[in-house]
Amino acid sequence: MASTRTNIMVCCGTGCLASESEKVLKNLEVIAKARGYAEEVQIIKTGCFGFCEQGPIVKVEPDNVFYVRVSPKDAKDIIDEHIIKGRKVERLLYMEPNENERIKKQEDMPFYKKQLRVALKNCGLINPEDVYEYIALGGYEALGKAITKMTRDQVIDTVKRSGLRGRGGGGFPTGLKWEITKKQESDVKFMICNADEGDPGAFMDRSILEGDPHSVLEAMAIGAYAIGADKGIIYIRAEYPLAIARLNTALKQARELGLLGKNIFGTDFSFDINLKYGAGAFVCGEETALINSCEGKRGEPNFKPPYPAEEGYWGHPTCVNNVETFANIPSIIMKGADWFAAMGTERSKGTKVFALAGKINNVGLVEVPMGITLREIIFDIGGGIPKGKKFKAVQTGGPSGGVITEEGLDTPIDYDSLIERGSMMGSGGMIVMDEDDNMVNIAKFYLEFTMDEACGRCGPGRIGTKRLFEMLHKISSGKATMADLDALKQLAYMVKDSSLCGLCQTAPNPVISTMKHFWDEYVALVKDEDHPQGEGRYVPKNKIGMKS
Amino acid sequence: MKIKSLDELRKIREEHSNQVRLREYGEMAGDKIEILIGMATCGISSGARETLNAFVNALSSEDIDNIKVVPVGCIGYCHSEPTVQVNIPGQKPVLYGNVKENKVRDIIEKHIKGGKPIENLILHVDFERA
Amino acid sequence: MTKPQTISVTKPVSEDLPEEKFNELESFIDHLETTKGALIEILHKAQDIFGYLPRDVQLYIARKLGIPGAEVFGVVSFYSYFTTKPRGKHTLSICMGTACFVRGADKVIEKFKEKLGVESNEITEDGLFTLRDVRCIGACGLAPVVTVGDKVYGRVKEEDIDEIIKAYRG
Repeated sequence: MASTRTNIMVCCGTGCLASESEKVLKNLEVIAKARGYAEEVQIIKTGCFGFCEQGPIVKVEPDNVFYVRVSPKDAKDIIDEHIIKGRKVERLLYMEPNENERIKKQEDMPFYKKQLRVALKNCGLINPEDVYEYIALGGYEALGKAITKMTRDQVIDTVKRSGLRGRGGGGFPTGLKWEITKKQESDVKFMICNADEGDPGAFMDRSILEGDPHSVLEAMAIGAYAIGADKGIIYIRAEYPLAIARLNTALKQARELGLLGKNIFGTDFSFDINLKYGAGAFVCGEETALINSCEGKRGEPNFKPPYPAEEGYWGHPTCVNNVETFANIPSIIMKGADWFAAMGTERSKGTKVFALAGKINNVGLVEVPMGITLREIIFDIGGGIPKGKKFKAVQTGGPSGGVITEEGLDTPIDYDSLIERGSMMGSGGMIVMDEDDNMVNIAKFYLEFTMDEACGRCGPGRIGTKRLFEMLHKISSGKATMADLDALKQLAYMVKDSSLCGLCQTAPNPVISTMKHFWDEYVALVKDEDHPQGEGRYVPKNKIGMKS
Repeated sequence: MKIKSLDELRKIREEHSNQVRLREYGEMAGDKIEILIGMATCGISSGARETLNAFVNALSSEDIDNIKVVPVGCIGYCHSEPTVQVNIPGQKPVLYGNVKENKVRDIIEKHIKGGKPIENLILHVDFERA
Repeated sequence: MTKPQTISVTKPVSEDLPEEKFNELESFIDHLETTKGALIEILHKAQDIFGYLPRDVQLYIARKLGIPGAEVFGVVSFYSYFTTKPRGKHTLSICMGTACFVRGADKVIEKFKEKLGVESNEITEDGLFTLRDVRCIGACGLAPVVTVGDKVYGRVKEEDIDEIIKAYRG
């Protein structure tokens, strides 16, 4: 992985597959290997680039060269000419219809669209308070199809084959979760929607609930049918009053039309949903803590196993899925597992919504196929860094994730590649930082957050996060020694290894990853005697000697 | 009324399809013009409610009744809230950004009445819907 | 499902905690389908009614539900949404989400603390403001964000602070 210098991405979306992109992929692999470039060149199967008309599409990164209508026999030239000799294969470049000029770079293509909206497809398009608009765009047909035409196993099988993984952060395969819950023998089961979006800087769930609440209700009913539940709960933050209001309206409308309630679509399947309000606790996004909170208790996590699928809400088998996960379900049922699985990478299918914020021009929500690179998200869609500043790092995964620097920008994003880079997908918050941001302060910011939010149940979480924060504070105030840095590193790994639940196991990630990538900034605060030390007075290395 | 079968649902879909056909494709569907206003938390905190009120007031004071103002969710363009989409039958929908209440008059006069979209407010839509 | 508790308990009425507010809360609890698992819901309602959750209200709820006061306090203290102190007339919240932080929210909150002479979660001397730091209200496009009641101020700079305070102090 580390020695890879080039990524060749081959579109294996439905459109391109139809035009033999799989053979192109295979030939590229064979020829790269034969020429001894298998180590240096990574050949990646990606989802739809949204440019099917010109398929099959092959893209070479980091060169950002875009080839169209690539036939299997063109693979040889791409490797021999482009990869080995560094010459672009002119005849495969895209030709702009009007100007008769071949365009090399994707961003130069006027109508090129990187974003594909599945979970957000109705957001901003329909009136969320009018169920008929949702129905007019095909709403509730997936539910009808699932419960009148499909068996419970067929529904689960479809979701499994689609490759959908939990969008709340963990990335557990959704179909598998449903299957495990279905297998439990119990008369009472629960379907819970996790709408406790606690990651500061992430707001995709809020947008879905505010913009398209029926999609979540419909998907919960489909899931409930599959696992055999007749009751559902949406656990939502009290800080989202508008989302709560729109959900209540949607619930009322769905009940009036008999889309929730007894004997849905005239079948013997009955299902209804209640809302439960959170009260401001980040840890309640963890599923066992969330269930405790639904029961009116302190939202502390439990040991797993038993998993909620075995013993959840009041001891009954319970399936907990995230809002964005649910929002993908109706499309999967209607368009099929293959359609969904054609998007994304080998192990992460479909699209992901990201909330772009921080030092970036186009702050907002984007939904992109998995496998897109961070560079494309930040620079092409996000419009780059404001005021001509230099990109420094991007934090993904919120307080549980880590920073990714310039060298990681061309990694295709999926659940696994982000973990390999010391971060994680998380719920999809993406905070961009520029050259002015001091990474020790960023780590300290996140640790202050997890210290406040640690529930207090386990020692490493309760005491460890506090000590980590204190050490970071000492460092940023310029009072630390090199020995403190070693102790910080050691403690970070200890908290990671010994905490009870995901929240504190991942809490040290911002420290570990900033120490890894920006060690010199930590050291500068310890050693650098030329500069007055103290919080916020750190001067980045490349500026030393300049007046700032 | 309770929907009792998939066919009944499809019938309802058919009945209401005109309501949304214009939005996606700009297809001719009656003579109603639509103004979609992004009314999620982010939009409202940037002033979408004032914008919506300004549209409603302006339209009612001029007795224009072939225009429907529809509150919708978040389109994701937080950098340019409030966002407003104008759908005129037979034309491609136009998405505007940064539509504070003081821009409302312009949109009605120049675009809706005059037929000329206001170029410097237009946002380029860079996504497709599945 | 368990039936609602109908324990009749004395209401710790005082000047700050008038009887009609207790009556409203009591009626809410009595009309619940079940009180099993409803503690958080009841606390939300109580905070709506009283504005905060003082000790007497917590104890009242505990007795009403027939559970230990410690259990109620345990829940109240766990969740940051619940407060045991009265609030000022306006709640002035500074968003401390990540997006706001990298755009300078830390400086904004320090300035507010200095100008108002209070720390987070404290009420100003004139009873006009409660200063709070909150985690992400999801308006990252406007970062850094300050809210006063329902009003949202976006892209707040240190220089804007006097004006925001003045708008409420007159």
